Amino acid sequence: MHVPDGFLDVPTSLATGVVAVVGVALALRGAHKELDDRTAPMAGLVATFVFAGQMMNFPVAAGTSGHLLGGALAAVLVGPWTAILCISVVLVVQALFMADGGITALGTNITLMALVGVGVGWLVFVGVRAVLPTRLSSIAPAAAVGALVSVPIAALAFSLLFAIGGTAPVSTGKVLAVMVSWHAIIGVGEALITGLVIAGVIAVRPDLVYGARPVLATRELKIRSNPPQTTPPQEAQA
Amino acid sequence: MSAPRVRRKAFLIGFLLVALLIAGVGSFYASSNPDGLEFVAEKTGFLDHSKDSPVAGSPFADYSTKGIDNTRLSGGVAGVVGALTVLVIAGGLFWVLRRRGSQPAEDEREKTPSGA
Repeated sequence: MHVPDGFLDVPTSLATGVVAVVGVALALRGAHKELDDRTAPMAGLVATFVFAGQMMNFPVAAGTSGHLLGGALAAVLVGPWTAILCISVVLVVQALFMADGGITALGTNITLMALVGVGVGWLVFVGVRAVLPTRLSSIAPAAAVGALVSVPIAALAFSLLFAIGGTAPVSTGKVLAVMVSWHAIIGVGEALITGLVIAGVIAVRPDLVYGARPVLATRELKIRSNPPQTTPPQEAQA
Repeated sequence: MSAPRVRRKAFLIGFLLVALLIAGVGSFYASSNPDGLEFVAEKTGFLDHSKDSPVAGSPFADYSTKGIDNTRLSGGVAGVVGALTVLVIAGGLFWVLRRRGSQPAEDEREKTPSGA
């Protein structure tokens, strides 16, 4: 979904640039609370993984392809604020070195994929997690639903920006309908990848999954209710 | 009872290797069809409004490495270089942003004998 230069006019690009700067500034403050000695290396790797994942375009119907956006995935793994920074770093490297996504469109791409993608992915994940039973096995499906919803909503956001500042005289309704419907299909791929990766990490190191912390915290209370004689040290949840 | 524990460092190294494998090798097999936005732009008639990026001439533009003719190697090198660039920038940023000394690394605590 990388927007090239030229799709949106200068005022719209400037506006999304301001939105991106404010969003990233807030994320820099918020991420401080999510990152510690243990999670910081993981967060760097999550950004690396998202960069790699975005290279793997998977075929979608009618000669189209889609690729991972990674907002929901990163948010569930390392927390929403850190995830915004992960996706933003990926987008900056792609724009500056790979010519993937425009330079004047960088603010637009950060707004769409980092702010909207992570924000929607995380909020939907939290909502679904609250509904599902408090178990580790609920985390991956909840993340998949977050991923599923985040892609068409990001597409919707692009359509709205195009309605405001699109450079081509194409009807808003047409762009919106095609954009959202195609990305709803791409969202299925996003959901599958996100669900599988989260399930994989949970299988080996659930303590490294930010979105699983509430589940682990309740589990730990149950363990701690027995007198801890020879219990190995459990992961402390700050 | 609980899932088998993989040491944190081993997990992180494995995670990095998977990412580098995807970027360096797997990406060759990625679909080269236009992505969703490109397809929609073409279908609804605004694709020709896209402009070439100012960095279109950079050594790794479009995920291929200038000077390497072999497409598999060219894309693989660009992918690995890009992934490592992200790792250095993001890893450095997060290391600076983290709360210092807030939690000892779990593996280190596992090594020290517990007082029980």
